[in-house]
Amino acid sequence: MDIPYTVTARPDTGVYNAKVGIWLFLASEVMLFGGLFSAYIFLRIGAPAWPGMLGGQLYKTSFDILNVPIGTFNTMVLIASSVTIVMSWASLMMNDFGKYKRYMGLTILCGLAFLVVKAFEYNAKFSHGLFPAEGNFLAIYFTLTGLHGLHVVGGIIVNSYFWGPGSKMWKTDPKRFTNRIEVAGLYWHFVDIVWIFLFPTIYLL
Amino acid sequence: MSDSTHAEDVKKHVRIYIAVFGALAALTVVTVAVAYLHLSIVPALIVALFIASIKGSLVAAYFMHLISEKKVIFALLIFTVIFLAVLFVLTISSYHDQIGGHIVP
Repeated sequence: MDIPYTVTARPDTGVYNAKVGIWLFLASEVMLFGGLFSAYIFLRIGAPAWPGMLGGQLYKTSFDILNVPIGTFNTMVLIASSVTIVMSWASLMMNDFGKYKRYMGLTILCGLAFLVVKAFEYNAKFSHGLFPAEGNFLAIYFTLTGLHGLHVVGGIIVNSYFWGPGSKMWKTDPKRFTNRIEVAGLYWHFVDIVWIFLFPTIYLL
Repeated sequence: MSDSTHAEDVKKHVRIYIAVFGALAALTVVTVAVAYLHLSIVPALIVALFIASIKGSLVAAYFMHLISEKKVIFALLIFTVIFLAVLFVLTISSYHDQIGGHIVP
């Protein structure tokens, strides 16, 4: 049995089914991250100082505990990956499979670069004894960035499949494959938007 | 993006994608530069969230193709925004309802 409306638009919605599916999924993701962001606000408005006392030391601003230039670099990397993934989809729309492979490959590399930088940041915290249990700031920092990092990992796995074995579909069903890349892109852009809000909230305020 | 998009339209969009990337990079620099001014929390919060909202809107509008999307996606997003707002209001208002807080008789 064929899955209906993977290529053509469903008459009542006007879009192919996977697009409604991914937007519904992203709606649930908004609530997931929204819950944690509201937890952040709750913790912050009740805190006498932020980040406050952590590991026996008083941190007056987030600049004192987090590396803003590295966070800025990672923001740029993620924004660049959003461009490359939309360009990979555009390449398929223009029937250029070679370009698709290059742009999707770059997207995966950007995702990996983001994680490597994040791993260095985490290591810098751990080596100074700054673990999540040390205080509310570190708890919400590791929860929010950790959950976001897991989403980056998930995106890299899906994008790698579409870059590698999954790309065989281009030969048999190019339109459906193009739609799959658009859906993968929608997820990846969402992960980018979460970071766009997360970066100033955690690093700069 | 609507399902009737053609290759010719996409070629035009590629230039927009590059321009949006430039805008996002510039806005990131502005956010960080403003943060180094170390403004007090309220203006800093307003500026940071205002710029983040512009950046998020650019990504959603152009990279996620919301600018030319079908009604069903917008309907879904309106519900999401309403539920998110309720979630925020419930959580933040519960701040005033803690043990040990001032209770009005």
